[in-house]
Amino acid sequence: MVERRPWLDVLSHGILILGVIVIAFPVYVTFVASTLPLEEIMVAPMPLVPGDRLIENYSQVLFAGTATGSKAPVATMLFNSTVVALCITIGKIVISLISAFAIVYFRFRLRMFFFWMIFITLMLPVEVRIIPTFQVIADLHLLNSYAGLTLPLIASATATFLFRQFFMTIPDELAEAARMDGAGPLRFLWDVVVPLSKTSMAALFVIQFIYGWNQYLWPLLITTDESMYTAVIGIKRMIVGGDAANEWHLVMATAMLALLPPAAVVLVMQKWFVKGLVETEK
Amino acid sequence: MEKRVVFRSAWLPFVLVAPQLAITVVFFFWPASQAIWYSFQLQDAFGLRSQFVGLQNFYTLFKDPNYLLSFRTTAVFSVAVAGIGIALSLLLAVMADRVVRGAMAYKTLLIWPYAVAAAVAGVLYAFMFAPSIGIVTFMLRQFGVHWNWVIDGNQAMLLVIMAAVWNQISYNFLFFLAGLQSIPKSLIEAAAIDGAGPGRRFWSIIFPLLSPTAFFLLVVNVVYAFFGTFGIIDAITQGGPAQSTTILVYKVYHDGVKAADLGGSSAQSVILMAIVIALTVVQFRYIERRVQY
Repeated sequence: MVERRPWLDVLSHGILILGVIVIAFPVYVTFVASTLPLEEIMVAPMPLVPGDRLIENYSQVLFAGTATGSKAPVATMLFNSTVVALCITIGKIVISLISAFAIVYFRFRLRMFFFWMIFITLMLPVEVRIIPTFQVIADLHLLNSYAGLTLPLIASATATFLFRQFFMTIPDELAEAARMDGAGPLRFLWDVVVPLSKTSMAALFVIQFIYGWNQYLWPLLITTDESMYTAVIGIKRMIVGGDAANEWHLVMATAMLALLPPAAVVLVMQKWFVKGLVETEK
Repeated sequence: MEKRVVFRSAWLPFVLVAPQLAITVVFFFWPASQAIWYSFQLQDAFGLRSQFVGLQNFYTLFKDPNYLLSFRTTAVFSVAVAGIGIALSLLLAVMADRVVRGAMAYKTLLIWPYAVAAAVAGVLYAFMFAPSIGIVTFMLRQFGVHWNWVIDGNQAMLLVIMAAVWNQISYNFLFFLAGLQSIPKSLIEAAAIDGAGPGRRFWSIIFPLLSPTAFFLLVVNVVYAFFGTFGIIDAITQGGPAQSTTILVYKVYHDGVKAADLGGSSAQSVILMAIVIALTVVQFRYIERRVQY
C-alpha cells in the first residue's frame, strides 16, 4: 500500500465482510430451511440455526421427490443435469476446436463466409428465437430427449473465437516443423495443438459447465416428461402455489443440491474460472 | 491476422467446420428466419391457416399499451440492475484491491453466486421474501414495513432487481478487480507523493482508468437484464402482479407459449433480435477502440 491509513483499512474490511454476509445470507437461509421440518418453516420467523432433519429431507428429495409438486426423484434430475451439462460442454469444446482449427490453418473457399456465419450467432441468444427453435426440435422428434436438450445449445461462437485467438498465438515454426517431419494436419492437431490448448479448454470447461447446468428456459419448454427434468426445472416444478402450499423444506433441499455442483466447480477450478470468464468476453 | 504456414487439403477443412455449421444452420438460421417469416403472418384461432399480413403484427404491437408498458418495465429493470450491480461491485472491488490481508479469501467468498442458476436464485429470493413466512419479510415487519410483492407491483420489481443484482455481482466484481490490478502502481504512488488522498486518487486516477471496464460491464449487464434474468422472473413473479415485471423477453415467452399467439410473439422476437444486434454492435465498436489505444 501507498500509505498507512488504519481507519480506512478497518472500513475496507468492514465493507467486505458486510458484502460477504449479504451475499451468503440467501444460501445460508436455504441451507437452514433444508434441515428443518416443514412446520418450523411455516411459523414466521423460521429459526436461523440448522435443524436435525438434514438426512431425512435430503434422502426424501433424492429418492422420492415431493408429495404435492413434481414427484420425480431429484437423483434422476441431478443425473440429467450432469449429462446435459457435460454434453453441452464437451460438444462445444470439440466442435469449436475443430472448426477454429480449420479456419486458422487452412485456406479454402467460403472461409470468411463461414467465419461470419458462426460469428453472427453471438447475436441470437436462445431466448429470442424460442418458438421457432421449439418447432424445429418438435419436427425432428427430439422433445424429451438428451439430444433435444443439448444440440441447440452446442453451437457457440464464443468458444470458436477463444480457440481462434489462441491458435493465432501458436508459433508458425511448430506447424513448419510438423510439416517438414511429414505430419499431416490431423496429426498436427492432435499431437501439437490439442496439448497446447489444455488451459483454454479447462477455462472453457468451467464456464460452459455452469452455462449447461443452469439452463432454464430451453429445458422448461421441451421437457414435459418428469424423467427428463433437470435439477433447475425440478425446483420450479415443485413450487405449486402460494406460500403455504409448498413443501419448502424439500424445495430448499433441492435448491441446495442444484446449486452445489456448479458452485463446487467454480471454487475448485477458481483459477480457470477467472481466466475463462475474462477471456471469453474479449 | 493470418497464419503464414497453412495446410493444404481440398476436403478436410469442410469436414472440420461441418458440425458447427450444421448446428448453426439448423438451430440458429432456420429458426431465426422462421421467426421473421411468422412475424408477417396472421394465424386463425386454431392455428390451422395463416395468411400473409405484412407489417400488421408490428402495427398491432405498437398500438398495444401492454407492449409499450413492457418496454418501460424493461428499461426500468435493466437500468436498475446495471446501475446498482455496477456500483456495488465497484465498491467491493476497490475495497478488495485495497486490503492486503485476506484478499484471496474475500475474492473466493464473493465469486460463487455466479454459479447459481437464475431460476434457483429466484426461488431463494421468493422464499426469503415470501409474504407470510419469509424471514426477511418478518424482519421488515419489525421495522413497520409491510411487504407483499404478490400484490404490490413496485415491491415485486424491487425483488426481481435484488435477485438479479445478487446473481450478477460476482461477474462485475471479477472484471473490476482485474481492471484495478492492471492499473500501474507507479501512478497511484506518484499521486500520493503529490499529496492526493485516497478519495482524490480514486476519482482523479482510478475511476477514469476503470471507465472502459465500466462501459463494457454496462453493455454486458444490460444484455444480462434483457435475457439472462428470464429464470428469475419466471421463478418469482411470472411477470406479475398486473404485468409489473413483464420484461420484453418474458412477454415473448408468455405470448408465444402461454397465449399461443405465434405472429405477435414472432414479431416481438424480431424486435428483440434488432435490439440485441444493436447492443452487440455497440459492444464491438467499443472493443475495437480499446484495442487501438
